Amino acid sequence: MAADAAEKARGKRAALSFAAVALVLGLPLWWKTTETYRASLPYTGISALGSLRFQLTVPVAVVFAKGALPGAQWRRLPFADTQEEESLLNPKTSVTARYETTYRGATATEQAALAMATVQEADAALLPLQEDLVGALTVYVIPETSLLLPQGVGVYVGKHRSAVMRGTQGPGDVLAAISARVQQIVQAMSFTTDSITTALSDRVPMDQLGTDTRRPFKSSLGYEITFSLLNPDPKSHDVHWDIEAAVNSYVQPFLDKLGSVANFSVDSQILYYAVLGVSPRFDKASSSFILSALSLPHVINPVEARLGSSATSLYPVLNFLLYVPERVHSPLYIQDKDGAAVGTNAFHSPRWGGIMVYNIDHPAPDKAPLPLRVDVDMVRVMEVFLAQLRLLFGISQVPLPEEFLLESPGNKGLSDWELDRLLWTRTVENIATVSTTLTSLAQLLDKIGNIVIKDDVASEVYHAVASAQTAMLELASGHLGSAFQASKEAVTSSERAFFDPSLLHLLYFPDDQKFAIYIPLFLPMAVPILLSLVKILREAKQSKKEPMKTD
Amino acid sequence: MAGARPAPRWLPAAAALLWACCGSAATDGIQDQAEQFFRSGHTNNWAVLVCTSRFWFNYRHVANTLSVYRSVKRLGIPDSHIVLMLADDMACNPRNPKPATVFSHKNMELNVYGDDVEVDYRSYEVTVENFLRVLTGRIPPSTPRSKRLLSDDRSNILIYMTGHGGNGFLKFQDSEEITNVELADAFEQMWQKRRYNELLFIIDTCQGASMYERFYSPNIMALASSQVGEDSLSHQPDLGIGVHLMDRYTFYVLEFLEEIHPASQTNMNDLFQVCPRSLCVSTPGHRTDLFHRDPQNVLITDFFGSVRKVEITTQTVALDPNLVGLETRVPNDEMATEPLKYAEQLPVAQIIHQVEGAVAANWLTACTE
Repeated sequence: MAADAAEKARGKRAALSFAAVALVLGLPLWWKTTETYRASLPYTGISALGSLRFQLTVPVAVVFAKGALPGAQWRRLPFADTQEEESLLNPKTSVTARYETTYRGATATEQAALAMATVQEADAALLPLQEDLVGALTVYVIPETSLLLPQGVGVYVGKHRSAVMRGTQGPGDVLAAISARVQQIVQAMSFTTDSITTALSDRVPMDQLGTDTRRPFKSSLGYEITFSLLNPDPKSHDVHWDIEAAVNSYVQPFLDKLGSVANFSVDSQILYYAVLGVSPRFDKASSSFILSALSLPHVINPVEARLGSSATSLYPVLNFLLYVPERVHSPLYIQDKDGAAVGTNAFHSPRWGGIMVYNIDHPAPDKAPLPLRVDVDMVRVMEVFLAQLRLLFGISQVPLPEEFLLESPGNKGLSDWELDRLLWTRTVENIATVSTTLTSLAQLLDKIGNIVIKDDVASEVYHAVASAQTAMLELASGHLGSAFQASKEAVTSSERAFFDPSLLHLLYFPDDQKFAIYIPLFLPMAVPILLSLVKILREAKQSKKEPMKTD
Repeated sequence: MAGARPAPRWLPAAAALLWACCGSAATDGIQDQAEQFFRSGHTNNWAVLVCTSRFWFNYRHVANTLSVYRSVKRLGIPDSHIVLMLADDMACNPRNPKPATVFSHKNMELNVYGDDVEVDYRSYEVTVENFLRVLTGRIPPSTPRSKRLLSDDRSNILIYMTGHGGNGFLKFQDSEEITNVELADAFEQMWQKRRYNELLFIIDTCQGASMYERFYSPNIMALASSQVGEDSLSHQPDLGIGVHLMDRYTFYVLEFLEEIHPASQTNMNDLFQVCPRSLCVSTPGHRTDLFHRDPQNVLITDFFGSVRKVEITTQTVALDPNLVGLETRVPNDEMATEPLKYAEQLPVAQIIHQVEGAVAANWLTACTE
């Protein structure tokens, strides 16, 4: 009897200790070993980035030459003024344009520069006198009677970051009178609400997408530019092009100027027997061959397979093709929709590149032996290719009123203020991209508890958040150069974090599958323990009742 | 009444002419605007074609995928923009009586393998993980460019999948499966990063419609070969090869696509009519509620072909060749490289002239020159 009771007691203790070990040791151990490692992420920082309030500050200096202001108003100089324009694009995005304008009189050296013979010389002389700050602008106001600007020209926009404008001669408040014109100049040289809204087209859905948004390449860390010479008729034409010299002289300065924006690599190739996919029509009137605008879209595809763009880097590729038509199809002209011949004889495709047709003069057949040696005039070709390159980067011509005189950027291909325009839109675009990427990454990681978040992914996210905040602050304080660099770093880090290969989850477990996995493991062990616990409890209850009964 | 003068006779005619001119100008303007509005905003096209089954008796799935590949290439999408995943090699399978061919019509009428097929993921590389990596872009950095889907926010992507499937899943390689929830999540990841402008998803498996039930991202149009609860059937066996060559739905889609050329104006509604129940036995389904344009205005070539938008270049940049000398920077000095030549593979003269003892040692040193 006693042995029985002792046996039972030992049994009870054994069952209880099993249950204790299972609960105290087993359950936490199982929980710990099946949890995924998730490094912490700055969720508050990411949600703060979710609503973007851009403050874009442009430091403007308005310099008055002697005689541009009447005496009373001259004595008010120098003073500073700030103007703000806010536009709310959607509940989570708003853009405030802030123009910090300082008005001052010209110094002696500036006055001497403004007294030069031509406005181009004046611009060159004024350049060292300006502070070399990316994004800052200087407007020089000269008296209305000055002869610096040619007749009929009210404003001259230089190729750096300055403009010269003619003041008004009235007795009234000159400052108020010219402020509208100054505003127009500043907006043309930096950004307008429209250009910023276009850059934010991902966040702010636009109803009608014009070609201006579809044409330029999206902001990327690098681009690959390929120049190809297509010679479909090597028997007739022996074409030579000095592409290396042309790239060094004309393309490289342009790319160097854009060096802060992205990395560029340039290569070139010559393709023989590469034909356009479309046969041109013969036009009796001009006795030449015509490629109509409707057949142009079908030209690119057959040739693309041979361009070898798949063997290059992972960056977006821009292809520029120079096509020398076959002897039997010469001369070949491109016609636009209205049937008029195109002056440049070239066309481009958004986000792809451009093609130019280069016609050769053929002397009488008996005079020159075949193949005819052709040396391509690279200047003509590069003028077209650079124009296409500018369009593909989104550096489009700003529509300006008649009296504005725009200085051509020369061989550099790009004015400083055009670069600034690009930097404003790119910075805003980058920050918007970072915000979208990080928000969606945070949502994804929140929703799926099974994804492992490694330490380096977490550190990239922290870096991205910090850089984006720096970029916003720099934009607000008017330092465009450092804002752009910070935004570029933020984009790089956020893309690296988002596209990290370790973030792929294949652990989609529907609930019934979870049961199916755990039940065969835990049920056989749990059933005896539970049953014996139930038995122990029942016996304990009974033994409590019995003493009370017999009492 | 006395002051009223009769209107000149030419006035109604002039009015009519003016109205006609204005009317036509207005309609021209409206036409232009309409064209622009209904035209898709894409600038490039991509295609991801996946065949998920292996083994010789699943010949028809490889033939399905290759026939879509062939149509898509013919209509202009280059190989660099196509990610082709074939889970098994039928053309060089030892059981193939006609090696290096994959036929889609019986009596071996049409060889869809051709001679310039570029398979990006082959054999055991076709897994659910790789497929999801391709879609979401979370690819290890060592992956070559041809294995990546480098689409951007202006890309139209065609995704075609075929194999064996069930209600809510698609079987990969007889060992794993992808569920419709995973696929929908992958598409949402793509949308978050704007990796597509519009997406066309076509699936030819049993109960294919279940795979597109869970999509929730915008701009997706989906077609399937059969509804939930129905099986997709194969088309015809070829007695010479010994297996079924194609599935019915893809067979009729291929016939439909053979009529399309790059300048066609055929729209999606015609594609929805392909393979009615009488021919296909199963009921093909489609889903357009997530798509923002009317299928009537979506051209087949928007997804299956690659029609580029072009603009005429009207401006040039003024360049001055005389300024070149002043502005160019010094090009980097190239490293002088000495001309390389192959080492002597078999220096016969040295071997012959070597006498006993020294032969082995000299031969070894000669080869390592």
